[in-house]
Amino acid sequence: MDCYTANWNPLGDSAFYRKYELYSMDWDLKEELRECLVAAAPYGGPIALLRNPWRKEKAASVRPVLEIYSASGVPLASLLWKSGPVMSMGWSAEEELLCVQEDGAVLVYGLHGDFRRHFSMGNEVLQNRVLDARIFHTELGSGVAILTGAYRFTLSANVGDLKLRRMPEVPGLQSAPSCWTTLFQERVAHILLAVGPDLYLLDHATCSAVTPPGLPSGVTSFLQMAVSFTYRHLALFTDTGYIWMGTASLTEKLCEFNCNIRAPPKQMVWCSRPRSKERAVVVAWERRLMVVGNAPESIQFVLDEDSYLVPELDGVRIFSRSSHEFLHEVPVASEEIFKIASMAPGALLLEAQKEYEKESQKADEYLREIQELGQLTQAVQQCIEAAGHEHGPDMQKSLLRAASFGKCFLDRFPPDSFVRMCQDLRVLNAVRDYHIGIPLTYSQYKQLTIQVLLDRLVLRRLYPLAIQICEYLRLPEVQGVSRILAHWACYKVQQKDVSDEDVARAINQKLGDTPGVSYSDIAARAYGCGRTELAIKLLEYEPRSGEQVPLLLKMKRSKLALNKAIESGDTDLVFTVLLHLKNELNRGDFFMTLRNQPMALSLYRQFCKHQELETLKDLYNQDDNHQELGSFHLRASYAAEERIEGRVAALQTAADAFYKAKNEFAAKATEDQMRLLRLQRRLEDELGGQFLDLSLHDTVTTLIVGGHNKRAEQLARDFRIPDKRLWWLKLTALADLEDWEELEKFSKTKKSPIGYLPFVEICMKQHNKYEAKKYASRVGPEQKVKALLLVGDVAQAADVAIEHRNEAELSLVLSHCTGASDGATADKIQRARAQAQKK
Amino acid sequence: MAFPHRPDAPELPDFSMLKRLARDQLIYLLEQLPGKKDLFIEPDLMSPLDRIASVSILKQHEVDKLYKVENKPVLSTNEQLCFLVRPRIKNMRYIANLVNADKSAGRTRKYKVIFSPQKFYACEMVLEEEGIYGDVSCDEWAFSLLPLDVDLLSMELPEFFRDYFLEGDQRWINTVAQALHLLSTLYGPFPNSYGIGRCAKMSYELWRTLEEEEESETKSRRPEIGHIFLLDRGKKRLRELPNRPPSALQGSVDFGPEVTSSEKSLKVLLNADDKVFSEIRNEHFSNVFGFLSQKARNLQAQYDRRRGMDIKQMKNFVSQELKGLKQEHRLLSLHIGACESIMKKKTKQDFQELIKTEHALLEGFNIRESTSYIEEHIDRQVSPIESLRLMCLLSITENGLIPKDYRSLKTQYLQSYGPEHLLTFSNLRGAGLLTEQAPGDTLTAVESKVSKLVTDKAAGKITDAFSSLAKRSNFRAISKKLNLIPRVDGEYDLKVPRDMAYVFSGAYVPLSCRIIEQVLERRSWQGLEEVVRLLNCSECAFTDTTKEDRASSESLRLILVVFLGGCTFSEISALRFLGREKGYRFIFLTTAVTNSARLMEAMSEVKT
Repeated sequence: MDCYTANWNPLGDSAFYRKYELYSMDWDLKEELRECLVAAAPYGGPIALLRNPWRKEKAASVRPVLEIYSASGVPLASLLWKSGPVMSMGWSAEEELLCVQEDGAVLVYGLHGDFRRHFSMGNEVLQNRVLDARIFHTELGSGVAILTGAYRFTLSANVGDLKLRRMPEVPGLQSAPSCWTTLFQERVAHILLAVGPDLYLLDHATCSAVTPPGLPSGVTSFLQMAVSFTYRHLALFTDTGYIWMGTASLTEKLCEFNCNIRAPPKQMVWCSRPRSKERAVVVAWERRLMVVGNAPESIQFVLDEDSYLVPELDGVRIFSRSSHEFLHEVPVASEEIFKIASMAPGALLLEAQKEYEKESQKADEYLREIQELGQLTQAVQQCIEAAGHEHGPDMQKSLLRAASFGKCFLDRFPPDSFVRMCQDLRVLNAVRDYHIGIPLTYSQYKQLTIQVLLDRLVLRRLYPLAIQICEYLRLPEVQGVSRILAHWACYKVQQKDVSDEDVARAINQKLGDTPGVSYSDIAARAYGCGRTELAIKLLEYEPRSGEQVPLLLKMKRSKLALNKAIESGDTDLVFTVLLHLKNELNRGDFFMTLRNQPMALSLYRQFCKHQELETLKDLYNQDDNHQELGSFHLRASYAAEERIEGRVAALQTAADAFYKAKNEFAAKATEDQMRLLRLQRRLEDELGGQFLDLSLHDTVTTLIVGGHNKRAEQLARDFRIPDKRLWWLKLTALADLEDWEELEKFSKTKKSPIGYLPFVEICMKQHNKYEAKKYASRVGPEQKVKALLLVGDVAQAADVAIEHRNEAELSLVLSHCTGASDGATADKIQRARAQAQKK
Repeated sequence: MAFPHRPDAPELPDFSMLKRLARDQLIYLLEQLPGKKDLFIEPDLMSPLDRIASVSILKQHEVDKLYKVENKPVLSTNEQLCFLVRPRIKNMRYIANLVNADKSAGRTRKYKVIFSPQKFYACEMVLEEEGIYGDVSCDEWAFSLLPLDVDLLSMELPEFFRDYFLEGDQRWINTVAQALHLLSTLYGPFPNSYGIGRCAKMSYELWRTLEEEEESETKSRRPEIGHIFLLDRGKKRLRELPNRPPSALQGSVDFGPEVTSSEKSLKVLLNADDKVFSEIRNEHFSNVFGFLSQKARNLQAQYDRRRGMDIKQMKNFVSQELKGLKQEHRLLSLHIGACESIMKKKTKQDFQELIKTEHALLEGFNIRESTSYIEEHIDRQVSPIESLRLMCLLSITENGLIPKDYRSLKTQYLQSYGPEHLLTFSNLRGAGLLTEQAPGDTLTAVESKVSKLVTDKAAGKITDAFSSLAKRSNFRAISKKLNLIPRVDGEYDLKVPRDMAYVFSGAYVPLSCRIIEQVLERRSWQGLEEVVRLLNCSECAFTDTTKEDRASSESLRLILVVFLGGCTFSEISALRFLGREKGYRFIFLTTAVTNSARLMEAMSEVKT
């Protein structure tokens, strides 16, 4: 076991720190790291180097080179820097490179060196130039803090939602602070700066002097300060070689250390694990690395080459020209298991498993020992946990094997922690691979979450690996595979050298009908790259028409959009396109388009009916739809026009249209109406009263009621009112007037074409039995019984019915025999019936 | 009484959930506009709203005053106005006028427009054109399904019929699809679907796309409703034009003074909650009276129990039973009043004649006599709507009017009711309701097709049979094929109905109901190809069945029937009868409950 703990260095009594190699770097660095601006993203992110920065007075003619490498030193991008001098670089949480220029402009680059956007840090910065800048990460996102030439600070807590805040002035500040850092407390970013022996804290509005508790006297200057990954702790390095470590709120001192080195350190970063009690700071000078904590002694390493420290959640990454290492506190589980002469259950279990493999009976002894103490569950858990913290797959395997061995002797040990660890390690080992170069630790991975890790793989265009991981972890398609495929497709459309056909086919082949993939998003991306044809091809695969249409409109493919909208059956969508078309095309073309789309046409007609009547007329005209045009004018004749001349004119137009439509009937009817309208007008003028807009029938009735019989008859002749109607009409009108005399006269003018039963009925309706009886005698034989019953002459009705020998009539009369006086009649009928049956 | 359901009839799903959903959403929308506000309600939405949320609920959510959306000056002085409207352009103009009037008076208020059941882009366009888009906020109240009864859901969209079948406007189809989607999310997927008609097909397809887009968990749900049947009232499709000898009342009825025997007219909500009504609803009218008098006697008997009670019993009676009895008493007197008024109408001479003519038309004899009856009907100005209905009935049963009659009837009608009805006729022709026989086209397409196919002499007999059938129009062919007009020997006993024809006094089975019966029997359109062809919907009849083991036998006997364009109470009663006979339960979803008169009104042009 000694060999395994050989790289373990104790700090104080309780903690070990170990440093192991992640990768041996074979990046072909032409210059020393110290010559470059360096930015390395946390969570095993990429490294950006900007060689030949401007701080060295070199020939200005040589353009510097910006290079981006993965954490394993694989080059990702390299570009000539053409913009102004860069003061500072840093990575945002989305792994975008932020380069702060001297004039306060921040240029944003993608992982592959693609320029994304830029923003400015404000006029004040522009005027006073940038002296120093920091990129920092908080839960709000990635922030930028800038120290200007006027020794003022400007910061933005989230570059995604840029809000510049200018911090208050430090009174009497004449020179640049010796060191400064950003703090983050209660969701607000602060600045802590050191000027000589004094510390100032800047927040929104105030600048306050602060003093760390327990700081020895004699400090004349702070050379370096470091805030921990989680913004909880702060370390200060003074010119006396003294290191103060405490809380970031400066309320409590945790520990202190005096290293007696007065030279300013190159870098100082915290090295602590979440949920660990140990606090340690790593301080780096040119050739020396020191881990100091709550212990009288420190751990010292010699640095062979120029090195750069990257603070991580649970340790520090150290990379140099030739290697990339990780320094961290040994986690509890590993310590328990691997510590020399450890009797922890996990350690025994690992030993037992090894013996078991050697087929030695000692395995049983160890196992018994654990079981006697009842610690087998704990042992298995320890092994699983420790496996997570191991970097080498071999050690991971033996620990997991031990856990699995131990599990066999346990009833009901829930398997999920073991399974999950196996899966997680598989994923971790895959991304730690040299080619991928994301050296995540287990804790970092858990903090980052699988979703973010997948995003980062996508960002590195490692689509196949991302998909394999999704499939391996059985992530739901919508969050996993299809999301990645969609990203892939968006990348694919940017490949300008491949033909539209091939790209579209390739994308459809891969994506198929995968749920959650939006073809319209991909098409929008293609259109964004200027590939309209490709976008249209891709839209063909989009099943939701609602998504196709807006993009097609944007691409000015309105007619195609119209077809798609109609296919969708969504009328709102059709309407959107229609209005778009209306503005885009001239009227003629617009109408022509409509003509071929009956559904759109009827929709537009509906709209015009209410909103643009004139357009409606034009539409009909365009189509030579004379029938509808006639209807249109006919409607106008009573709805739109007021004056009688206008109405007649509208009717004339309608009649003409009907003729053209070969609808003679409607044309004639319209002409009749014109005549009637003129006539009604004349009647109103001559006779007074209300005639306009009455129907022909009503006009005649009104005339009769008004006593203008002559006129009525004239009108009936003019308009060829059939006799039957005229008789009904007159009958009703005269009965309403109760002009019985005239009615009788009328009835005698000639033989009634409607018979005389209606006369009886109408008289009875007016309760004039006397008049009714007059007509009852004239009613024809078929209806005689009915008429007699109506006037209440049951007896005579019975006689007639018997005479007719009509069974139906007999029953009808019988049903009317209700009064006491009708008894005799009823008997008579019954007799007649009986007689009829005999025969 | 009534006819009890078979004991194995499945339970109906609980549709009150739809009401609760609608209410909660409305309250949420009202709360979006905090503070006191006046609510303007579209007249069409008043009665549906009444069933969803009472005035007191509205008041609880700070609705101050209620107004009707109508063409009258607005007197509201409130600072916040809320409009609850259908998405119609005319409403937008109303709102625009109101807002613009406020603007010119220098008044600023808050306006909110709630569209029900959905917002149309055209409406927003109008608001924009009127220059007030920025002044109002728009919202949607997705209230598309109103449970009118335990088994009847209405979308309350009477304009569906005119918009789609006359104007060719398809915007409501989306609403239908959304409603179906809502039902399937609430009550599980429907394993078997059938439909006929272009509109039905479009709605169905749109709904399926909706389902597919939303990878919902409904798929895994157990279906509660086994079948869905979509029907539309498309062209050439027979409508329920025959007058219904009033078998019973339904829905919400305005009882006029002649019924309540008081001056006040009263609005009563009728559904299964009304004890008396639930028992008489599906009866043929001739039975209702007898039933009601029996009921009255029972009631009296219960009242009479008072005699001979001691004090304690009396106290019990008063505290517990009296209230219920009084309530029932009140309802009973209402129904009896209504019956009397219907009776009066029914026994009138005219009505008898009308029914006689209708039956004659259906059976296709005495066409001449019927035509002159119609002419007389028009001449006498009996009723514009009735006359139109008779004309349409004649046209449908005879496959169009002969040109001479077509002209003369139209002329007569115009003389009676004014020239604007030229437009009505053009509408009716467009909808295929009132058409002219093309000269020489006595053979229908079907017949000629068949005679082409059958050249063999041996099959000559069939051809003969066919051509005689075809000469007598499509309707005849269909009615023969489906036995829509049952041959009855002797008197049809309405007290013990034998088939669905009882709703029309044994004269006629509604076509839609017969089709549903046939398709359900076969579980597809197979064997009905002939009928489908006659209905001119060969491309629009579809079946979609999934082999679904999860559907319980109970759910397979629950059938959702969707009527696009409205359905009549006759159809509902007929299907309820069918359900009782076969142990099914039908659930009805209709765009609106309608009748032939309302249908004609929708087609009529009116002067405004």
